[in-house]
Amino acid sequence: MGPFPFSAIVGQEDMKQAMILTAIDPGIGGVLVFGDRGTGKSTAVRGLAALLPPIAAVAGCPVNSEHEGQIPDWAKVTDREVVQKPTPVIDLPLGATEDRVVGALDIEKALTLGEKAFEPGLLARANRGYLYIDEVNLLEDHLVDLLLDVAQSGLNVVEREGLSIRHAARFVLVGSGNPEEGELRPQLLDRFGLSVEVTSPKDIDTRIEVIRRRDAYDRDPTSFLTNWRGTDMDLRAQIVMARGALGQVEAGEDRLRDCAELCVALGSDGLRGELTLLRAARALAAFDSDTSVTRDHLRRVAPSALRHRLRRDPLDEAGSTTRVERVVEEVLG
Amino acid sequence: MSAGEERWQRVNLALACFVLDPAAMGGIWLRARVGPVRDRVQDALYAALQGHTLRRLHPGIGDDALFGGVDLSATLAEGRVVRTKGLLGQPAVLMMPMAERVKAGLAARLAAALDAQKGLSLVALDEGAEPDETLASALADRLAIHIDLAEQGLTDSPDLALDLEALAEARALLPRVTMPDSAIAELAEVATRLGIGSLRAPLQALAVARASAALSGEDRVESADLMIAVELVLAPRATQIPEAQQDSAPEDEAEPDKPDDPEDNPDQTDDEDRIDLPPAEMLLEAARAMLPPDLLARLAAGRAVRASQSASGTGAAKKGNHRGRPLPSRAGRPGGDARVDLVATLRAAAPWQPMRRKLADQHDRLHIRMSDIRLRQFEETSDRAIIFVVDASGSAALARLGEAKGAIELLLGQAYARRDHVALVAFRGEGAEVLLPPTRSLVQTKRRLSQLPGGGGTPLAAGLRAALELALLAQGKGMTPSVALLTDGRANVDLSGAANRAQAADDATAMAQAIRARGWPGIVIDTGVRPTASLGALARDMGVPYLPLPRADARALSAAIDASLTPA
Repeated sequence: MGPFPFSAIVGQEDMKQAMILTAIDPGIGGVLVFGDRGTGKSTAVRGLAALLPPIAAVAGCPVNSEHEGQIPDWAKVTDREVVQKPTPVIDLPLGATEDRVVGALDIEKALTLGEKAFEPGLLARANRGYLYIDEVNLLEDHLVDLLLDVAQSGLNVVEREGLSIRHAARFVLVGSGNPEEGELRPQLLDRFGLSVEVTSPKDIDTRIEVIRRRDAYDRDPTSFLTNWRGTDMDLRAQIVMARGALGQVEAGEDRLRDCAELCVALGSDGLRGELTLLRAARALAAFDSDTSVTRDHLRRVAPSALRHRLRRDPLDEAGSTTRVERVVEEVLG
Repeated sequence: MSAGEERWQRVNLALACFVLDPAAMGGIWLRARVGPVRDRVQDALYAALQGHTLRRLHPGIGDDALFGGVDLSATLAEGRVVRTKGLLGQPAVLMMPMAERVKAGLAARLAAALDAQKGLSLVALDEGAEPDETLASALADRLAIHIDLAEQGLTDSPDLALDLEALAEARALLPRVTMPDSAIAELAEVATRLGIGSLRAPLQALAVARASAALSGEDRVESADLMIAVELVLAPRATQIPEAQQDSAPEDEAEPDKPDDPEDNPDQTDDEDRIDLPPAEMLLEAARAMLPPDLLARLAAGRAVRASQSASGTGAAKKGNHRGRPLPSRAGRPGGDARVDLVATLRAAAPWQPMRRKLADQHDRLHIRMSDIRLRQFEETSDRAIIFVVDASGSAALARLGEAKGAIELLLGQAYARRDHVALVAFRGEGAEVLLPPTRSLVQTKRRLSQLPGGGGTPLAAGLRAALELALLAQGKGMTPSVALLTDGRANVDLSGAANRAQAADDATAMAQAIRARGWPGIVIDTGVRPTASLGALARDMGVPYLPLPRADARALSAAIDASLTPA
């Protein structure tokens, strides 16, 4: 039984747009979804996994290498054929130990063969795919530090138990959580390319539609999935096409200036804001089959690309979304 | 029928619905102290769940037991890896006593397992005594049926016996139960008007309505079934009291914040269904009758739902090798109170086994040397809980509360880095009120502090007592509490709430000494224009510094508090 189809999710357009953009350009760097319970945060992530086009990877490779040359030397890969694999979407459970995340000595081989071998962890499996952390704001500090380091370098280095191992770990970080349970460290916030806020739909017709679809899925998943397969496949085709078109999308001098002015006006730290804003706008333009980035694209991605990069001012009553929208209004007119 | 008997009947019905299709319901949140009443519910559940796999969890359960892992002893004995099956890997009904002590991490894992729909369901036996001790909201959201037996007397609670044959028949009928389309709309509307944000609740209500129809031998959901679903699922989650709707006015005036309520009168929409379903109004009426009597009080005090809490309750032990976040094990000698990390020890020994076997010429055992021994290490940093006790009496109250609020938000702004929790107690009139339980969430704080009452007498002692209780609770959760008192006047209302200056002063002194006895850090900030001598004396009684800070603003306050509470 497949997960609930991505395109059957009612509303939550911000969240869906952000996830599609990272699927088009993984370089945008991940999505943070903050919001109420029962708003379809994890449903969207699982649906996205089923939606993504498969990747070509070496069959037996623990880190999903694209071709033989990329297989790390510690991995004893027997099956070197390149096959189509589904894009990995790996769950990082809250209580995961460091061992499970980065990998550790393979206790099975150690005990039975007396052999010192590396057992890859979740980071290896997530390479070239997605790493999903539910309740990311409750994640242990030491795991957060570790993830920051790996997400930054794209490389997982394990130095422990006499092992010295490194492997590629480039993944899109998707985090979700409920802000009432705690804040996220600014350093981790900054690592997410886009951030979206989801709320329970207030409109009763929307709510009814959500319940109706979910109920239909629960009662008869097979036919529900069949009904939505076409829509999902169309979306997949659009994503694949946008990926191809991404290189041709122009971003003129004016747009770069717009990006910089927006970030200066908002006082966001560092240059990551500008870069993400531009990449996201370019991905959106590619998705819309436009050949150049327009102010409209910027306007549509600015809140999700910038709202989590503002300096937090606890005495400011208005939320950061409002601040971003206000500045976008001023700068882009 | 008495209220207790009615409640007991609902419990009976809820159990029947749950037993019919445990996985679809997600589970039961049963809030009751251990006692004969709860035993009866449990006995009935055990009897009715024959044929299902029943497993018990405990709040401290580890990942190995949940998800499976390497069975070390069997592995060593057999010379090949033997894995244990995890509890979450197979369909089962999970019983969890002491559910109020489940930590956020476990709650998140259980919630994910329940979401995966692999036939798991959870019966959370919540034994919380205080309103603060409660099931993690991530879990509560996923359990369809909420039962509170706090007020259920034993005399109203005869033995429950579910008719197993009837259940079997109903179970056969369940897949064929149909649902008129309007039922979805009605449940959604009722949920919205009861202020239930999560969309899981109406879905769970649908499942209960279906189960209830099957139980009564019908293959269509009728109005009575919807009524039951509202009573069992929606009413216990209400966060607001629905206003009655005028028949002539389809617009929902009761909720100005939800202007999009549709104008459809549900009783006009289901003509083709030929069933006279009750309009949402009737369902709401049913819910209203079920609402807890103290809902208004709870709503006034703030949202009933708490932020995630890890009520460990075992006090603050901050030794190096007992609890806290695990650090890598280190080599060392066992003994004293150090614990051997067996797995790490075996790991260290494993690569040497072939060689040692040859050297010792003994091939039937593990060879572990002293140098292989690894000891567990833990690190625990204690979180601070800063409890603001703010004088909300008299004329300056509004300004003072405003500045206190600003200081709280500033401190919370740095909360992540500083591991600070902040709480706010305000005292005025006849007593004190906890406006903000210890929290690190700016979002929650802003919501709760948006309206602060002010004016009246100065029940200083009551404020200190509330702070003391809050601090004890915080300490029970492993935090280090400190108390910051902001006032400008002398106590004039005693603990009983009567205006009696002498008694009030004595009570305040007594409470201050009680706080001092705990040895917590703190500060007394005098916000009056001129320093008040009695406050200096009070600070001495509390054993904390006294700081006159007239016309303090939020930044000065937070700086002063931060400076005085940070150990040099």
